[in-house]
Amino acid sequence: MKSTILLGTRKGFIAYEHKNGQWNTTNLSFEGVPVSIAYADPRNGTWWACLDHGHWGVKLHRSKDRGKTWEEVAAPAYPEGAEVKDGTPATTRYIWSMAHGGTQHPSRIWAGTDPGGLFVSEDEGNSFQLVESLWNHPTRKEGWFGGGRDLPGIHSIVVDPRNEDHIHIGISCAGVFETTDAGKTWSIRNNGLTAEFLPDPPPETGHDPHIVVAAPTNPDYLWQQNHCGIFRTTNGAQEWVQIGKKGTTAYFGFAIAVAEDNPDQAWVAPATADETRTAIKGALVICRTDDGGKTWKEQRNGLPQENCFDIVYRHALATSGNAVAFGTTTGNLFISNDKGDHWQVINNYLPMIYSLQFAD
Amino acid sequence: MPTVKFTYALKRFFPGLQQTPARGTTLSAVLEEMETAYPGLRSYVLDEQGQLRKHVNIFIDGTLIKDKTKLSDAFHDNSEIYIMQALSGG
Repeated sequence: MKSTILLGTRKGFIAYEHKNGQWNTTNLSFEGVPVSIAYADPRNGTWWACLDHGHWGVKLHRSKDRGKTWEEVAAPAYPEGAEVKDGTPATTRYIWSMAHGGTQHPSRIWAGTDPGGLFVSEDEGNSFQLVESLWNHPTRKEGWFGGGRDLPGIHSIVVDPRNEDHIHIGISCAGVFETTDAGKTWSIRNNGLTAEFLPDPPPETGHDPHIVVAAPTNPDYLWQQNHCGIFRTTNGAQEWVQIGKKGTTAYFGFAIAVAEDNPDQAWVAPATADETRTAIKGALVICRTDDGGKTWKEQRNGLPQENCFDIVYRHALATSGNAVAFGTTTGNLFISNDKGDHWQVINNYLPMIYSLQFAD
Repeated sequence: MPTVKFTYALKRFFPGLQQTPARGTTLSAVLEEMETAYPGLRSYVLDEQGQLRKHVNIFIDGTLIKDKTKLSDAFHDNSEIYIMQALSGG
């Protein structure tokens, strides 16, 4: 298990470190400011804070000394004249995802934004450029729309460690897109997805993958917690298969995490769907599958089972070794050291948690 | 020469921020001057398309500007230009 947890919360960037069997806070930065993503680049240990100032716009800061000092760098910005739709200027409204570009491209960093632009930096984040090929994709203006946020947003960036120019991204609402040439060209990878909010048969885009992740031990195994179930692919998103079952616990939710050592083992954080967006029947539950989604085991031991309203946002569930941790919308932070069989509270009094990452 | 005054809230990001005289004859020109004096300030007040951020207000001699897109509101040599945050959030 990695010994640091980074949290992006509604009221700041928070770091926990594990020492002598305890998790303790070691850093609080940007107190009071919403942090959409707290990200540690595993290649060099740089910490990134994606800020969503209510008044002053989206800002990006980095720290090379584990949060002791921070440096503001230019946040991803849309070029002059860029439009969300005809007549609506595009500005960065939110940084919704961040991913390093891999060890072969040590200076490359990706960032996904609302209103739907993917940005890339080739200079360690000193500057970001809009990936025009995706922004100019013929489906974007008419075939993408808001989901979770008012405008389309890129919340998932999955870089293939075997070929770091091969990337899948997840967009709400558009679906999954794939590039094999570092973003020069894109293919839509929504085969097999279903959506109750789209006409039948569904259009090519408009799907709502809440989050897309890859199995570390086999990047062709991709998982997504979708608005309409849970889907998995074993062939690099050529074909998705529904593995959630409507009417059962593991179906609706936002987050998903795949085991580091097993491409068939994953966790989801179920919630009651559109009507309430709360914990199911007032009880918090995590579900784990060990067989690629054929069966799901409910993991409630140590979690509140009454009077609970928590749900888990899409970036707030993660695993490292045998540890699984998640943060909730009402500021509860839980961890399990045995793959979810037993849960412990780290803190009940945090702000709303947007993102959680294990880091060195 | 107009004077630019700032909300205290911006001091968190620009500790040296203070009341600053300007030479520009348009709001855009004045904001460019402020960017020179306080590098990075512009992106806190305007978005990348040059529009006033949604939750930022500019008052000229006590009156809220009308044109938040092109910043064409006029002012005088002795005007006071206030850059304020709107009240919002929680």
